[in-house]
Amino acid sequence: MTAQIPLTRGTDTQSSAATDPVDMTKPLLEVKGLEVSFTTGAGVVQAVRGADLVVYPGQSVAIVGESGSGKSTTAHAIINLLPGTGKVTGGSIRFDGRELVGLPRKEVEALRGREIGLVPQDPMSNLNPVWRIGTQVGEALTANGFEGSRAERRARVAQLLAEAGLKDPERRAGQYPHEFSGGMRQRSLIAMGLAARPKLLIADEPTSALDVTVQRQILDHLEMLTQDLGTAVLFITHDLGLAAERAEHLVVMFKGRVVESGPARQILADPQHPYTQRLVASAPSLASRRIQVGHELGAEPQDLLAQHPDEAVAPPRAEIVVAKNLTKVFHLRGGGRDANEFKAVDDVSFTLSRGRTLALVGESGSGKSTAANMVLGLLEPTSGAVEFDGVDITGHSGKEAFRFRRRIQPVFQNPYGSLDPLFSIYRTIEEPLRVHRVGDARSREKRVRELLDLVSLPASTMRRFPNELSGGQRQRIAIARALALNPEVIVLDEAVSALDVLVQAQVLTLLNDLQAELGLSYLFITHDLAVVRQIADKVCVMQQGRIVEQGATDQIFDSPTQDYTRELLAAIPGASLEIGPQVPAA
Amino acid sequence: MPEHIDTTAGTATPRPRTPRPGQQHFAASVDEGLGAVDAVDTTSAPAGFWREAWRGMRRRPLFWVSTAIILAVVVVAIAPQLFTPHQPRVCDLGNALASSSPSHIFGTDRQGCDVYTRMLFGARASVVVGVLTTTLVVIVGVLIGAAAGYYGGWWDTVLSRFTDIVFAIPLVLAAIVIMSLASTRTALTVALVLASFGWPNIARITRGTVMSVKHNEFVTAARSLGMGRGAILWRHVLPNAAAPIIVYATVALGTFIVAEATLSFLGIGLPSSTVSWGGDISQARGALRTDPQVLLYPSAALGFTVLGFILMGDVVRDALDPKARKR
Repeated sequence: MTAQIPLTRGTDTQSSAATDPVDMTKPLLEVKGLEVSFTTGAGVVQAVRGADLVVYPGQSVAIVGESGSGKSTTAHAIINLLPGTGKVTGGSIRFDGRELVGLPRKEVEALRGREIGLVPQDPMSNLNPVWRIGTQVGEALTANGFEGSRAERRARVAQLLAEAGLKDPERRAGQYPHEFSGGMRQRSLIAMGLAARPKLLIADEPTSALDVTVQRQILDHLEMLTQDLGTAVLFITHDLGLAAERAEHLVVMFKGRVVESGPARQILADPQHPYTQRLVASAPSLASRRIQVGHELGAEPQDLLAQHPDEAVAPPRAEIVVAKNLTKVFHLRGGGRDANEFKAVDDVSFTLSRGRTLALVGESGSGKSTAANMVLGLLEPTSGAVEFDGVDITGHSGKEAFRFRRRIQPVFQNPYGSLDPLFSIYRTIEEPLRVHRVGDARSREKRVRELLDLVSLPASTMRRFPNELSGGQRQRIAIARALALNPEVIVLDEAVSALDVLVQAQVLTLLNDLQAELGLSYLFITHDLAVVRQIADKVCVMQQGRIVEQGATDQIFDSPTQDYTRELLAAIPGASLEIGPQVPAA
Repeated sequence: MPEHIDTTAGTATPRPRTPRPGQQHFAASVDEGLGAVDAVDTTSAPAGFWREAWRGMRRRPLFWVSTAIILAVVVVAIAPQLFTPHQPRVCDLGNALASSSPSHIFGTDRQGCDVYTRMLFGARASVVVGVLTTTLVVIVGVLIGAAAGYYGGWWDTVLSRFTDIVFAIPLVLAAIVIMSLASTRTALTVALVLASFGWPNIARITRGTVMSVKHNEFVTAARSLGMGRGAILWRHVLPNAAAPIIVYATVALGTFIVAEATLSFLGIGLPSSTVSWGGDISQARGALRTDPQVLLYPSAALGFTVLGFILMGDVVRDALDPKARKR
């Protein structure tokens, strides 16, 4: 690196970074022995312990880890944006030959945006809803030393938005965030992050709030853009597949430590640390790929989570849930005119066989949850019928409806919202029994113990409260509650989507064991095709309220007939990776 | 969009075969162990919402200060005669407006009554009216707010508009009008009148919290268990909406005590036969220039009591604030 790029580049729109002779052999960012701690009521917590990390100019590096592993904290320490009581207590961060630890606030601020850009995680909350997109991008320009006139700035904003892949950028710049979809908002945040042509872009879970197909488009675009500009990218992600696909160098963090780092492919092919091995073995995107490889080689898929009895030998099963031409129309606010009707579910039919798993897959707004709520009897269909064990549930009287509740139970997505925070775990699991007047106090307590054991939690958990448990544990409690009345069908509405990979794999294994043990039928609602591969027997792919394709899981994965299904499959992070069968199984 | 299907990532630059310095494959030693995936911490003591709130509260000095004030006021309100040898209504006119002396530490008022004794006996009226009004306000406000927030639709439209109308009427002004027409004036009537105009705030708070709580998934889970709407409201929604109601009620108690004092000061609250701080403050007006202590002590007692409740409300709000909760 010979020519220092001046801090105030003003109207110099075409970045020189791409054309500058950049010394590719000198690290752009070098983090050594980084220690970060937070002071809480319970004392000092070490969030990052001795993390090392090297990023070369123009290179893409990913930090992978589960929630609480210190990956975001590490990234935030680099740009001195640690929240609350966070403090760098040791180590060094060298950026472009300068030591950042202990740098005065003013100088760090000058660095932020101009030399190190940030694309934050949540596109919904990181744009100010009362300002136009153009104003906010323009502000990013001004804050980073743009000195042109208003008209020049406006032109530059439009140029940046166009560059980030937004069509019709002049008009878009005049719109407000609520007029943008999640993907468009993330594109404007990318435009802001790259506004001052930084040398390093930190992308903190840039697409985890978006649908897979949108995620893929945006990451493709970001990759193209940063390659053109010669910007180095530091990805922060929980998704090993995504990291391996998008970065050449991986840094795996666990409990604040870097447990493994190295070239992406090498780490995937030959993980050394037991944690990385676990991670590689449980990553659903990779697992689904592995199963396919297993098929091709003609080998038994040993690590297949779903171990159902052989289809050919098993007797044909009765159909427990049959949805016939289900349609749900919502009347949107603003009068009863036809223009305000919204067909959330449009003529959807599917059948769930006893003891099997049917997955409804689709992106947000595809109507999958609405369909599930109609099966649960929580929503009345506009037309069509749901038959449960041969009986139409829409015509149930109060008493029949109450009895029907015992036979079908839900588990929801949000592990923080699905348990009443004021109910102890005991009361939570006991509640279904009490509501349905099953047994006396003593037999109910016995049953609660049984259920906790069934979901592999110690019996002492029942004296605890939901806020003391992790997301995965809460989800297991929710499963125990759903099982309390011995239902035949469980509706799992994104039940594992909010969990870390290892915990997700654990809950999926649990669900699978329970199915084998209790003969349960699952209606599995998810946006994550990778998970479907591990659990479902049959798949219905939904798009905009309609089922576009349905069939056996293997058939859908191996030979999809619809473009939309193919697009969804291709968008699974890590789907394009060649992962050999040498990857150790779980 | 089929053009995305065949895009394979990272094909633009050939990736270097050998890692660059500082980027060789590295794996940390396994000295710490991994632990089981997602194991339950069985060592710590169980902690529910209320238990944690209590733990948070008892660490605050302000909590103990306000508890001490409230306890003192309540004890005095129950048994004022324990703390003074005098009677509030047995007075010596010949000793009127005396300054402080060993037998009358705060002096005497215009009627020759012991100011200290009247201050102690006045606590009962304030506490009774405050507690009674707050109880009534909470009952009415929660019922109306919960019905509006939980059932929504027409219930909400009608109840919310009604709440807004009552909200627009100034509390003390309405109470003055009604009390000046009242034939009997007791602590109960004062409380009833204050409560009938004081509930809209609680109703609004309850409606808002109930509306946000009812969208939680645990409510949907209870519905799919077959629980009735009323049972869900009572067992799941209201307990989770309780925190802001409790916080507001604690602060409101102080303001109702002030309102009672205002009415008594104006001579339309409690009758003059009942000893009350508002009445005493009113009586002391004439002697303000010459004997300020007559006004000072009942005012100080009133201010102190209200302060106690408002401090308590503050501490309770901090403890029950969901943002301050662990995890």
